[in-house]
Amino acid sequence: MNTRSTHEPIIQMRDIEKHFGSVIALAGVSVDVFPGECHCLLGDNGAGKSTFIKTMSGVHKPTHGEIVFEGKPMHFDDPRDAISAGIATVYQDLAMIPLMSVARNFFMGNEPIKRIAGIPFYDKDHADRVTMDEMREMGINLRGPDQAVGTLSGGERQTVAIARAVHFGAKVLILDEPTSALGVRQTSNVLATIDKVRKQNIAVVFITHNVRHALAVGDRFTVLNRGKTLGTAQRGQITPDELQDLMAGGQELAELEGSLGGTV
Amino acid sequence: MSETAQVTDLSDERIKEMSALRRALIRPELGGMVGTVAVFTFFLLFAYDSGMFNAQGVLNWSIVSAQFMIIAVGACLLMIAGEFDLSVGSMIGFAGMMIAIFSVTLGWPTWLAIILSFAMCITIGAINGFIVIRTGLPSFIVTLASLFILRGFTIYFPQTIERKTIIGGIRDVAEGDWLAPIFGGKIGQPVFQWLGDVGVIDTFERGTRQGQPVVDGIPMLIVWAIVLVIFGHVLLTKTRFGNWIFAAGGDAQAARYVGVPVNRVKILMFMFTAFCATVFATCQVMEFGSAGADRGLLKEFEAIIAVVIGGALLTGGYGSVIGAALGALIFGVVQQGLFFAGVESSLFRVFLGVILLFAVILNTYIRRMITGER
Repeated sequence: MNTRSTHEPIIQMRDIEKHFGSVIALAGVSVDVFPGECHCLLGDNGAGKSTFIKTMSGVHKPTHGEIVFEGKPMHFDDPRDAISAGIATVYQDLAMIPLMSVARNFFMGNEPIKRIAGIPFYDKDHADRVTMDEMREMGINLRGPDQAVGTLSGGERQTVAIARAVHFGAKVLILDEPTSALGVRQTSNVLATIDKVRKQNIAVVFITHNVRHALAVGDRFTVLNRGKTLGTAQRGQITPDELQDLMAGGQELAELEGSLGGTV
Repeated sequence: MSETAQVTDLSDERIKEMSALRRALIRPELGGMVGTVAVFTFFLLFAYDSGMFNAQGVLNWSIVSAQFMIIAVGACLLMIAGEFDLSVGSMIGFAGMMIAIFSVTLGWPTWLAIILSFAMCITIGAINGFIVIRTGLPSFIVTLASLFILRGFTIYFPQTIERKTIIGGIRDVAEGDWLAPIFGGKIGQPVFQWLGDVGVIDTFERGTRQGQPVVDGIPMLIVWAIVLVIFGHVLLTKTRFGNWIFAAGGDAQAARYVGVPVNRVKILMFMFTAFCATVFATCQVMEFGSAGADRGLLKEFEAIIAVVIGGALLTGGYGSVIGAALGALIFGVVQQGLFFAGVESSLFRVFLGVILLFAVILNTYIRRMITGER
């Protein structure tokens, strides 16, 4: 799994600061992400995780700091720029339309075209075939490409969204809390999907506040707290308890944990 | 990674296999199909001898159905894109009145009057759409305003200019015009003459039209309806733009995330709805030879009802042009069928309300089957 020694980082976030008026949301965060790694970004609510990934995906412009993508400094004016560069974000609200079929959702905005007498028609056969193949690859057996997304479980929808981003050429895949609303089995499905994506040499940025989910697939772990990084740790160099403590800012949680009898 | 690698088979044993029949049944058009069969069965049983199913009778309810179809296609695509247009009825009156004022009052060529009216109405449709997109207000409110504004002007202009609310004489000024027959003409006369000669269709037995068939061609109104239904159906189900229509109505924000030009799609659908209303108005004006300030009253609701009977969802993102066309057919057959069957015509409205309610209940049930929601 350790491919980093042979690669340059695909994206480097250097000393990123983001201020909203008088609020300092990010106070100098630096993170490198390598192709083929799953980089977990952990942090409690309000730690700055969302602001940070929105900066990476072009939604926010950093107040200070530099984004280096594939060795070149980049300035994303809007999310479209980031998407066309190859930075895809799967948000919690998914960008899926429940009443539409899986195939139509999969190709939404990127519909394949087949020209008949010069008129551009939607190439349904192609779309259906590719969707079925990609879904099978991800381990989802659809009844058919016409099955509505509304019939899929939350985990399967996440997987469709991830497969879609990968199919359309994502080099960096940012997943914003993909497991936060899922049950145990669905979560393991999504984590398995992350593992498959990583093996295709795509960089995965996995945002979560669940230490166990992070440790299940993560190669490296960066903890954010109050807009700052508390350092990046390698897999195997850190225990779940240490991660949990870092996220919560150390001693407060230790006190809490004492009163809860070690259940957090 | 051992705990994740083993999860490879994700087929869910709790999802029941669906029978082919059940799968064939759960489609937006189902309600419309059931309704069409029911309505035809009813009138074949109770009004067969009334002349409803001879050539003239068929033409009679076909024309009425075609009128509904023309506006239902526009309303259907707009509703699937997630918006309403309540100004369709007023737009019909307005477009017809503009044609009359341009061609009769101002004496301009009919083709110019028709083209100008189309341009004006499509522009108004675009303005409706633009206001909805820009303000974020519900299209229900924005087009309700257009409903009153357009109806007001439709009465004001002829009142001020001609001191009356009906302008006639359009047929005379349209004589020899090249564009007017596209809306007011008929096609297939030789076929119908032949059908009359061989006795399939009755012919006039005396009078100036002796020997001519009682139905001497298919009005362009019906041709427009068929063309628009086919166009709408192909656009919606077979093109990239059709996917965008569904996406815009299904979840505009989600569609924007993946790069669908939602605002453009919605505004174009408002313009298309206006186009359909103007087609309706032009055909009507050419048929009657006059424009009236009260034309098109309540048509917006009839279009919406036809679309909903056809299986479209009021909240957008789901529906079918074929379904809407079947809804329009049900409308036309029942409205004229009650007349043929000798039933008091006011009962038509009772029927409308009842069938609307049943259609919405049936469609809600179908949608739940499709999406698996409870």
